[in-house]
This record gives sequence, C-alpha cells and structure tokens, in this order.
Amino acid sequence: MTNSIAEIEDAEVIFIIGSNTTENHPVIGTFVKRAKNKGAKIIVADPREIELAKLSDVFMQLKPGTNVALLNAMMNVIIEENLQDEEFIKERCENYDELKEVVKDYTPEKAEVITGVKADLIREAARIYAKADKACILYAMGVTQHATGTENVYSIANLAMLCGKLGKESCGVNPLRGQNNVQGACDMGGLPDVFPGYQKVHIKENVEKFEKAWGVKLSDKPGLTVSEMFHEAIKGKLKALYIMGENPVISDPDTKHVIEALEKLEFLVVQDIFLTETAQYADVVLPAASFAEKDGTFTNTERRVQRVRKAINNVGQSKADWEIIVDIMNRMGYKCSYKSARDIFDELAKVTPQYAGIDYDRIENEGIQWPCPTKDHPGTKILHKDKFARGKGLFKPTKYRTSAEQPDDEYPFILTTGRILYHYHTMTMTGKNEGLMKIAGESYVEINPMDAKKYGISDGDLVEVTSRRGSVRVKAKITDVVNEGVVFMPFHYADGSANVLTNTAYDEVTKEPELKVCAVRIKKA
Amino acid sequence: MLKIKINGSEFEVKKGLTILEACKEVGVEVPTFCHDDRLKPSGTCRICVVEVEGARNLMAACSTPVTDGMVIWTESKKVVDARKEILNLILANHPLDCLTCEKSGECKLQDLCYKYGIKGSTFKPNKKEYDVDESNEFYYSDPNKCILCGKCVRVCNELQCTGAIGFAQRGIKTHVTTPFDKGIANSTCVSCGNCVAVCPVGALMPKKKMKYRTWEVKKVRTTCSYCGVGCQLYLLVKDDKVVGVEPYFGEPNRGLLCVKGRFAYNFINHKDRLKTPLIKKNGKFEEATWEEAYDYIVGRLTEIKEKYGPDSIAGLTSARCTNEENYIMQKFMRAVIGTNNIDHCARL
Amino acid sequence: MITLTINGKKIRVASGTTILGAAQKLGIDIPTLCYDPMLEVYGGCRICVVEVEGAKSLMAACATQVQEGMVVYTESEKVIKARKEILALLLANHPNDCLTCEKAGVCKLQEYAYRYDVKFGQIDGERHNYELEDSNPYIVRDMNKCILCGKCVRTCAQVEGRKVLTFAYRGFKTKVTTAFDKPYEDSDCAFCFRCVAVCPVGALKDKRASGKARHWEVSKEEFTCTFCDYGCKFEVARKHGKAVYVTPKAPSEGRPLCLKGKIGNELKYLDDVETPYIRVEGKLEPVSWAKALGLEEILYKIETEKR
Ligand code: SF4
Ligand code: SF4
Ligand code: SF4
Ligand code: SF4
Repeated sequence: MTNSIAEIEDAEVIFIIGSNTTENHPVIGTFVKRAKNKGAKIIVADPREIELAKLSDVFMQLKPGTNVALLNAMMNVIIEENLQDEEFIKERCENYDELKEVVKDYTPEKAEVITGVKADLIREAARIYAKADKACILYAMGVTQHATGTENVYSIANLAMLCGKLGKESCGVNPLRGQNNVQGACDMGGLPDVFPGYQKVHIKENVEKFEKAWGVKLSDKPGLTVSEMFHEAIKGKLKALYIMGENPVISDPDTKHVIEALEKLEFLVVQDIFLTETAQYADVVLPAASFAEKDGTFTNTERRVQRVRKAINNVGQSKADWEIIVDIMNRMGYKCSYKSARDIFDELAKVTPQYAGIDYDRIENEGIQWPCPTKDHPGTKILHKDKFARGKGLFKPTKYRTSAEQPDDEYPFILTTGRILYHYHTMTMTGKNEGLMKIAGESYVEINPMDAKKYGISDGDLVEVTSRRGSVRVKAKITDVVNEGVVFMPFHYADGSANVLTNTAYDEVTKEPELKVCAVRIKKA
Repeated sequence: MLKIKINGSEFEVKKGLTILEACKEVGVEVPTFCHDDRLKPSGTCRICVVEVEGARNLMAACSTPVTDGMVIWTESKKVVDARKEILNLILANHPLDCLTCEKSGECKLQDLCYKYGIKGSTFKPNKKEYDVDESNEFYYSDPNKCILCGKCVRVCNELQCTGAIGFAQRGIKTHVTTPFDKGIANSTCVSCGNCVAVCPVGALMPKKKMKYRTWEVKKVRTTCSYCGVGCQLYLLVKDDKVVGVEPYFGEPNRGLLCVKGRFAYNFINHKDRLKTPLIKKNGKFEEATWEEAYDYIVGRLTEIKEKYGPDSIAGLTSARCTNEENYIMQKFMRAVIGTNNIDHCARL
Repeated sequence: MITLTINGKKIRVASGTTILGAAQKLGIDIPTLCYDPMLEVYGGCRICVVEVEGAKSLMAACATQVQEGMVVYTESEKVIKARKEILALLLANHPNDCLTCEKAGVCKLQEYAYRYDVKFGQIDGERHNYELEDSNPYIVRDMNKCILCGKCVRTCAQVEGRKVLTFAYRGFKTKVTTAFDKPYEDSDCAFCFRCVAVCPVGALKDKRASGKARHWEVSKEEFTCTFCDYGCKFEVARKHGKAVYVTPKAPSEGRPLCLKGKIGNELKYLDDVETPYIRVEGKLEPVSWAKALGLEEILYKIETEKR
C-alpha cells in the first residue's frame, strides 16, 4: 500500500476494484464501512455484487477481465471533462501526452460494450473520484490475477496520478495483500529477479554487494518463477524443488499440471506444519513449527514490520523453518551461526535498505512501516510524498486486451474465483476448525438465477463444472451476486477444487496466473 | 493548557479533554462500564461519576469536559456512595455466579464490587430469566449477566459495522438481541467476536474447547497469521497449549479481529500436526530422525547440483513464513545452492 | 516394586505408595481438599475418590496403597458423579461469596466446582451463621466458609505442645475451635500462620493481606526466610510492581512458621509496612519494630555504649 490502513477511515471517496474487502481483509473492510458512515462515497468495480457493492454509491459490475477498459474509460471522462490535476501532472509526472492519446479511444460508450457497465455509471464514478480531495483506491487479486495483471495495475496508477491522488493523506494506490506475509516475502528477496530490498540480481553492483555480505560467488542470472518452475520440471530441466510452507497443488492454477511437474522431479522436499496435498508428493517431509512456536517478524500490507512471538514450545519434534534451513546450510558447508531470529533480522536489516533502521527493540510495542532507513527514522506512513522513487511518475498507458481464454459455444461461461470469509488459502489451517467447517464446509459454484433456469439447475443441486483442463462436481448456489454468463467458485477446497479448472496463462511481467478468468461449461450432475 | 486539581493534586492538562481522559493522563483510575476509547461517550452506566466542586450533581467523567480551574474528587464519599448504589442495583438482577463464571478474574463488575466492598444486593432480587443463546459456533450470549452497558451493540454497529445486534424492549425487559430474537446464528453476524472483546462482564463469552480460568493463562502478544492486515493479538496459553485469542487494542487493528484470527487457532495444537521428519521409502512415508532427513537431503541436493548444475534446483519460500525465514531461504538458494530459482506464491 | 495401570497408563512404583502418589508421578491431577504431603493422612473429604477395577466402592486415592495389577480410573463417570455430589453438598452450606472473597483465584473449592461444573444452589442446605472473627490484628476466621478438612487442626498439632485447634460439637454443628471456643487472641495461638497457610478455602485468611489485591492481580514470588536456620517458605505479592503483602506459604520440614518471620519479612519486603503486634503479658499489643523483633536489649546496649 502507498498509504496506511488507518487513513482509509478519513477518505472522502474509496474506490474498490477487484477486492472483496469485507471477506478477504475483514478488518480493513470495517475501516471502509466506518468511512461510509462518516459520509464517504464508495465506488465498487467487481464482477460480483459483494457486500460493499450493496452499500456503494456507484457499483460497476464489470465482466471479469475488463479492468483496463473500465479504467481507461474513467480517465477518458476525466480528461474530457477537464477534471485532472494539471499541477501534479506537470510537476511530478511524465508521458502524459501518450496517456491522453491512448485513453482518447476509450469512450464510456465503447467501454460499456466491453465491460458491460453502463456508460453513465462510468462517468459518475470518474467524476466522484476525480473531484474528491481525499480519494484512495483499494485493490486485490481481482486486479492482479489476470494475464493482463500488470496492465491493470498500471492503469490504476495512471488514474491516481492523473488526479494527483498520490503522496497525500487518505489517497494512494493500495493493494491489499492476501497472505499474512506476502509483503515480507517479497521484501526479503523471495523473488527470482531481486535480492532483498528489490535489488535486481542482474545489476553488477548488487551482486557484488551481496557477494561481499555473504562471502560467496553469486549468480546474476534471474531465476525461474513458480509457474516456470513447473514448466521446467515437466520438461525435465528442473530436477529438485525445496518447498517451504506452500501448497501449490491446491493454490496454483491447473492442478493436473502441477502434479505432473511434482511427479517428474527427481527430488522434492516439503516443509510444512501439516501433511498437505503437496507434501504427499515429496521424498522428504519436514515438520515445521507454527507461528505460535517461533519468534520473528511479519510485514503487513501497509509495510508495517511487526513482531511474531513464541507462545508455546514446538509441537512434537517440529522446528522453526529458519532453524531447519540453517541446519542444512551448515551441513552443506556454508557456516552460519544464527542463534535466534533476532540475529537473522539484524543481518537482513544491514542488506535491505528499507529495513535498515528497524530492530526488535524498536518494534517491541508497535510495528514500524518501511522505508525506515536509519535508527532515528520514524518509518513511512505515506509513500511518494514529495517525489517518486524514480523521480518523476511515469504514465504507462495500456490498451485493453481480452483475457487469454474467452467463452465460446463449448465453454459458454466465465469462471472467476476468490476467497470467502470463513477460510484461508488452501484451508490447511481453517479446515481444521469445526465451527468454520460447519458454517462453510464445502465448495460451491455461484450461478445466476437466469442461467440456472436455462440449465434446469436449482439451489443445492450437484453440478459439473468443466474447463479445458478438468472437471469438478460441486453444489450450485443460485444467486444474483453474479451476472448472467459468469460463475464464481471459492478456491480453498481440495474437494471440488477451482484450480482443477483454472488457466495457467500468465502475466508476461509478474508471471501471475490468470486465476480470475477462464471459460467453463456447467451441467446438472 | 488548563490548570486543574484532581484529588487534591494540581495538574496541567491539554484543552478539550474529558475528565476521564484527563484522569487517565495523570494516572488516576476512574472506573467505567460503558466507555470505550473508540466510541463517543454515551454516559449511560454512570459508574464513572465524580465530584466537581461547585457543581450541584455528580458528573459523568466520560462525557464532561475539563475546564480551567476545575477541582475534581474521584473517590469522595459522595462518589463512593453513588457507585455503591449503582453496584447494589446491578447486583439485584445479576446471578451471583463468580464461583464458576468464565469471566471471573477479568470482570469489571466483580472488580468494582471488590473495590467498594459490595457483597450482594440489599434490594429485592429481581433476577432475569433468559435462555442462553448458544447458536453461534464461537461464542455464547447470556443475557442474564448483561448489565446493559451497550458496548457490544455499539461496537457491532459503529466499529464492526455489521449491525447484527441491537436492544429490544424497554425497562426491566431490555436486552441485547438480534432482530426478532431469532438467535445469533440466524442473524447477519459474521462471528468476528468484536462484541465479545468489549463485554465488561460474563454476558458475551467465547466458547472454550479447553476449560481455563482467566488467571491461569499467559497472554503472548503476536501478529495474526492469516491475511495481510497483520492484526495484533494475544495468544492465550495454558499448559503449553493455545486455548484462545484476544485482540490487542492498538495499530493497525485497534481491537478488532475477524472470525479467523479470533477463533480459528485450533490448528496450532491439532492432532494432525507433523511431528517428525518423514522419508518416503517404496512410495510410503516412514518416520525418520532429523539426522537421517538432513543426511538424505544434503546428499541428494549435492548430488543433483554436481550432476546438473545449480539451476536444476529451485526453492519455494513462503508468504506464510516470517521475514527471517524468507531471508534465510533465499540466501540458502542463492549463496549455498547458487541459483536465483527462488519464488513464492505471492501472486496466488 | 509394584506395577499398576492408571487411566490406561502403566507405571511402576515402590510398594507402600498411595494411588494419589502414583498418579502424581504420571502427571495425573487428582483433586484433594484434606490431603497435604506434610500432614498425616486423614481421608475425610472424599473428593479424591477413584474407581478401582474389582473394588465394590470408590476408594480414597490419598489413603489407598497400590497393589500389584491394580487398574485405576481417576475421571470415570462414577468418579465424576461422586465428586459432583461432594461439591454440591459442600456448596449447600457455603456462602456464595466468590464475588469478593479474598480466597477467590486460589480457592480449592472454587477450582473443583469450576472443573466439575457445580454451582451454588444445586442442593439447598441449611446454612451456618457464625459470626466473622475479626478481632485480632493478624488472622480473620470465617467459619461459614470452613469445609472441615481439618488441615488447620493437624498442622497446629504438629508443633510440640501447641495444639490450639480441635474439632468441637457434632453433626451439622461440627466446628473447628480453640479451647472453650474462644477467639484466637484469647487462646494459646502463637500467630504462626500455619493454619492460614494450609486452609484450602477462604475460612482462614491473613488479615494483613486482605483488601490489598485479588489473587489474579498480583505476581507472587516465593522466598525462603533467612531469620533462622529452618528456612520456612513465604511469598511476597506485588501489584503493578508494588509489594503489597507478604504471607507464609509452608512451614519448613520439622518445625514452625513463626510470627517473627511473618512480620520481619513484611518489614523486609513491603513498601508500606503496618504496625507489628506481639503478645505483651498475654495480650496482643502494638509495639515498636525493635520490640517486635526482640532487638530492644541490643539496641539499648548499643545506645548506652555509644554515650
Ligand atoms: S459476570 Fe462477573 S460478577 Fe457476574 S458472575 Fe460472572 S464474574 Fe461474577
Ligand atoms: S460477533 Fe461481530 S458481527 Fe457478530 S454480533 Fe458480535 S460484533 Fe456483531
Ligand atoms: S452483553 Fe455485555 S457488552 Fe453487551 S450490553 Fe450486555 S454487558 Fe454490555
Ligand atoms: S472460600 Fe472459595 S468457594 Fe468459598 S466464597 Fe471464597 S472463593 Fe468462593
């Protein structure tokens, strides 16, 4: 997030796109609702009529995968009606002319054809957003989990810059992170192309810096992303995989493909707290300690580095993930002598500029938001306050492209997937809770009543949902939360798993798979 | 700055504070039932009354602003008598259940009765006879113990903004309930437990899987392991097991949690937890020692690295592990294996 | 050595061990009210009953020695039912006072009532109406709360020639008293606090700890008294970091606790000390610290030698 969670409550306008906030980030959802109660206007763009859509001022129920067209049309209206922030654009941005050029084509009427959202709604949303002083944008996986994910994110940034809504209180572009420490995993260099602190691996100085810090020669060749790893494994080029705390068999698109890849590997290690679906394919499974059994830090979606504390002794013979890896590093001839999580943190703060000023003592009581370059720096609530990291903000105009897979006669529905309030990710944790399982014990597919009628499906019927990659049977939930032609499934469940169906087409830049759009057909089972 | 006197001592405090806030700032404790820092003062419970010199009546500290020169007594005889009277009234229709009540030890009513030496009511008992609503999976509501402070209703409506509960009927029959008294399970309640967290007495309590008394648990502050909001919470520990969760009142969640963070902690001590390393032999997992597992892993990785080169190995780090662990994992891949093949399911 | 099974777990113990002792070795917690490892076994409260396979009735775990091959259940349905009944009976003539009772939080009766989910009023019994004995400066006696476990009587009798307490009267009227049922200060009571230290409920309370804090509000630190070679155990309780009371925990092997230890440690640990009282010609009187701790003579010597 460029801004902080607390600021949401004071926004005048909140534009939520591709985020079912009240279910996936329930506590942030309460900030949105409180803002609404204080008089804020809410704009929602989502293929489903989610809870926040019901209390929104403008709800744009767009066709899955048409974000760019919608956002471009909003910018078209803003420029057309001269609502842009000229001063901000002039002083802080570049490439405005190209943006103007690109969005010129996207009249609301044209966008209506693509997105299915009435042109007038788009106009209204654009005006409300542009005219407010404090307007923030919240988005989540409904924006990023597309083959055009990067373009979607660029478009959101373009919109915010166009209206000068960056670097200011209660504004900004705010991705809501799904898992507790996605932010931290990225910050720490858990990505194939960057060292900790987003320092690119192909830049010589960075390589040298880390070679010095770690005392070994390093590769400057960017590595494989998750999706590429599976492709390479199937091709026989990737031989061994070490998985720490992930369950790609359920969470990744196209389950069949993932399993094929795992089976093809010569050696697979899985380290987790439960024997997950993925662990079943491992050669060695290592018992990890849960978050309640270890010390450390998580970084939340507003970049706040917060403490995790050991509350109980390790269950069974389990060990903290870091302890296990350190043991293996030592045995492979790389000597390291960390005695505690704090020791590791002190080292990572030295090589990660954003974390340089943070230590356990400083965050004992309250977490600090990075960047925090020095020990006396209070942390950063709002990014890009005076200037952007790269100097000037660059407009990156994008054109609308259709999703990789479009509905056709054979597969006439668009399937979109997501999370629900009562479960988390692949349910390794929430699936163990009786109460949650009583409330939300099985997978389902949401179908619009008109479609249901057409196919003779009633609420609670077992239906077969089929894509080009596979087929699952789940219960039908007849609801007008989804529009005609669109069906929705939660992706948590191993039984009736949505990711048997989803597409592995992925974004060229981020390699994020297109989990939000694929073509399916349904029939009563 | 304003000059005021509290219990005979002089203080300087900022303008615009209530008496309650001023007292808190200078470390004088004033009891409250219905007050919550996050909500506008409602002044309904009256237990926070104090004596202000020159004022005809006792004043509710939570809703009276301090003025320059104010002279305040927070435990004068008049104040104490008023508080005793309030407690006396509450106890007249409160079940005396501290022997086994789950709230005992953290109950505000109990605390104040102890402080002011109220052992029971001198009024004719007028006990309520409501059914306990156990319909929610995670908590129960016992209206018989409710003191009608209204905090749960206000938190659900003004902070959580779900609006599942409200007050029904009037006078002695007033009680907290869901629309049409249909039970919490049949309301819009999302089981966040945020009402439970503010109830000053034993009227709203989490259902316990393992019995414990409030004084038996150790509370360990940590960060929630579910979504990216990073709510701060306490794990309640008894006999080396996590038996409950309570929210922390501070940034970023300000005392709010969701159903997962608040109630879905039982995976931690679940019987299915992996407890020893497993090595697959002939397609079947067999228990192994750490040494065996390490030897096997180190042997295989070294062999594959030598035969096919470091880029034939990859690691998946985790958005669920700590920063320290993510750092170590990528360092392992980069510095020890020698590849940048490191990623995680951030995008999923 | 004897092998037996408790709740499905096998264990070997020395012969002569009680079932309670064997269970403790397995980490199985059997409730007790009248049992104390430092006192002779009494077996009166019956709360420790367990089921022994083949035995006709439930057995008191504190008084039954293990036998080869014994199969014991400590929480069977029958056992739980019996304990519930005992607790319900105890509560039937016990004041419902946990709201403000000083013992709440460390009270055994409360602990077991919670564990077995027994509430007041399940059996409606006749209640005592003894007057609260609050006339001496050290110990408050509330015989309405007494459950007649007899621990105070036994611990007092362990001190040679003391034996201040006995059971008196019969049936419902049974009561722990001093000779002629006089108040403590008019008896031979030495205010050693042994009885207070063993009382499982709120019947005997340290008056100087009363009203200071609830048990769950304080952090307690156990320490060993250093005033004489016996080394009795005391505990100091702190609320918000402030030491609010010192109270005797357990006598040392062989001999007493004593009043000097109690008040001496108050002087040593407490932030606000209260006036000490000692018996002067048989009567409890407020005295100087020097006198209370028997230092008057020495002080006098020092003072005079100085001059
Ligand atoms: S709510 Fe409080 S006063 Fe009432 S029975 Fe429970 S602990 Fe006692
Ligand atoms: S649990 Fe949450 S939603 Fe339900 S009544 Fe309480 S505050 Fe409202
Ligand atoms: S249930 Fe608790 S929080 Fe709600 S009104 Fe009653 S006492 Fe207050
Ligand atoms: S002695 Fe125990 S059961 Fe009796 S009132 Fe005191 S705390 Fe409650």
